[in-house]
Amino acid sequence: MSKEIIKIEELKRSFTMGTETVHALRGISFTIKKGEFVTIMGSSGSGKSTLLNILGCLDQPTEGTYEIDGLRVKDLSKNQLATIRNEKIGFIFQSYNLLPRTSAIENVELPLLYNSKVSTVERRERAIKSLEMVGLADRLHHTPSQLSGGQQQRVAIARSLVNNPVMILADEATGNLDTRTSYEIMSLFQELNSKGITITFVTHEPDIAAFSNRTIILKDGNIIKDYSNQNKLSADKELTNLPVEEH
Amino acid sequence: MRLLNLLKIAFKAIVLNKMRTLLTMLGIIIGVASVITMLAIGEGSKESIRSSISSMGSNIITIRPGADVRGGVRGSASEMQTLTFKNYEAIKEQATLLSYISPMVNGGGQVINGSSNWPSTIYGVNPDYLKIKVVDLQSGSMFTDAEVQSAAKVALIGQTVVDNVFPDGKEPVGQMIRFNNIPFKVIGVLEEKGENTFGQDQDDVVIAPYTTVQKRILAIDYLNQVMASAVSEEDAPEAVTQVTEIMREQHKLTDNEEDDFSVRSMEELISTFSSTTEMLTVLLVAVASISLLIGGIGIMNIMYVSVKERTREIGLRMAVGGKGSDILMQFLIEAILISITGGLLGVFLGLGATFFVENFLNWPTSVALYSIIVSFAVCAVTGIFFGWYPARKASALDPITALRYE
Repeated sequence: MSKEIIKIEELKRSFTMGTETVHALRGISFTIKKGEFVTIMGSSGSGKSTLLNILGCLDQPTEGTYEIDGLRVKDLSKNQLATIRNEKIGFIFQSYNLLPRTSAIENVELPLLYNSKVSTVERRERAIKSLEMVGLADRLHHTPSQLSGGQQQRVAIARSLVNNPVMILADEATGNLDTRTSYEIMSLFQELNSKGITITFVTHEPDIAAFSNRTIILKDGNIIKDYSNQNKLSADKELTNLPVEEH
Repeated sequence: MRLLNLLKIAFKAIVLNKMRTLLTMLGIIIGVASVITMLAIGEGSKESIRSSISSMGSNIITIRPGADVRGGVRGSASEMQTLTFKNYEAIKEQATLLSYISPMVNGGGQVINGSSNWPSTIYGVNPDYLKIKVVDLQSGSMFTDAEVQSAAKVALIGQTVVDNVFPDGKEPVGQMIRFNNIPFKVIGVLEEKGENTFGQDQDDVVIAPYTTVQKRILAIDYLNQVMASAVSEEDAPEAVTQVTEIMREQHKLTDNEEDDFSVRSMEELISTFSSTTEMLTVLLVAVASISLLIGGIGIMNIMYVSVKERTREIGLRMAVGGKGSDILMQFLIEAILISITGGLLGVFLGLGATFFVENFLNWPTSVALYSIIVSFAVCAVTGIFFGWYPARKASALDPITALRYE
């Protein structure tokens, strides 16, 4: 049995807005094992962003427990959370969030700058390796404005890989991309997943969810469905099925 | 290692935003430079006035007969005959804080040499006079006490007199001149002193033994003035008190009578003038403070805005593992680098501008060390504080809030 990367039990999160209390998460439990490719789906307001923030150690649950890689996250200080984000989680955002006017390689190096255990030489080597993994070995010194949307997201993926995280957390990572580029990115995720990297992917597009091997569907702060994807699609194959663009 | 990384991050951020960095620095540079330059001009004029007064002999004390009241009418001091040789001798004997003392009588007249003539003033003094006034001789020598005793007809003349009555450039020493038709033998020429602070030509003088001037020119037996020099500039006020007491005793004044004479030291003159230039300096400091304030507000604005507009960047840095303290340190280092560099550039610009003012506009300047320290400190502290404060607020945000900041 493979190792549990994420284990949450009866997780609740509520926000107080003036006199009203909004329950974003109403007690959800699930585990994600090493090597899984999970998509979390739900319409807006379903609590998926809140869940993602808690999974990413950007936010703390009101009640319930959350363990990542065997570490109980509850009651950790802000600094300890930062260390977990730095060493265990790779973040990918919908809007890439790359530093402007900064080369791809320097963007990828960013998380390692906050890890004093990594030397300058090792940092550069790992950044190059990450960029090679996402197929941007020839774009090391390009700045975000010199890259296409898909390439920028690849840089962001390389950045999320560079600290060898136990899990990659993607927040609508294909939301800003066209179908073809989305599929290319999903193909990359599948490739990374096949190498053993655990991926949690938040999306609201069912066709994207079809590329993962497990889908959790949220509604109003509760899990309404959690199923294994029996007929997982290959993004590579789907790419060839897309109508060829005329040039 | 961690600090080194943060230094690298901060340095990259500065280099990446050259324009923003430059604008921030500009506020600091101009603030620092203007304070230094303005204070240098203020201090410079103060010092130049002080030194020109000092060159007149800063420890000089003058005793003049005071205005006397006769039938309710105050007479002019020069008409007074109350300052006598006896008073002079009493001061000379009793005052302990005086190093030199000389009686003085003076009168205007015409200096004549052959066909040249020139209106000038003759000062009757004793040989101490040169030491009191700190004047050197250009050529020749001073008259002696014996020549004073015998009321010898010898004189020393200033350069202006030389220029006007010896137009052919002949060596004046040894020549005969006439002052109000009394023949004098020129025994020396005074070193050129130029105009004094009041625009008076200090070289337009004839100096002779006071006995000679009293008897042969003015036909008086009283003194117009007694001139003395205090042991040192610091002792001048004390010497003034001493002389005043002696004079009151000499004139047998009772406690409730006013002084019928005046004793003044250059120190008073210097302080009068200093207070005028002090005003100028205060004015310049006020203007400089305003520019420093405006510079400070500029620094504040740009620092505040630049941190605010980077809130998303801060969120990202926190999301990939930057701690709040890392973020704060990064911005603090940025602010320190910008403020210190700007401050140093400002100091150099200020010194450069001062050099320009001194050498091309020919204004006297004097760079005050405190102006460098104060302006540098104010700008650096403002820059660092307003780099730190918004950064502290940003670093205390939740990463998600910062990431979503628009």
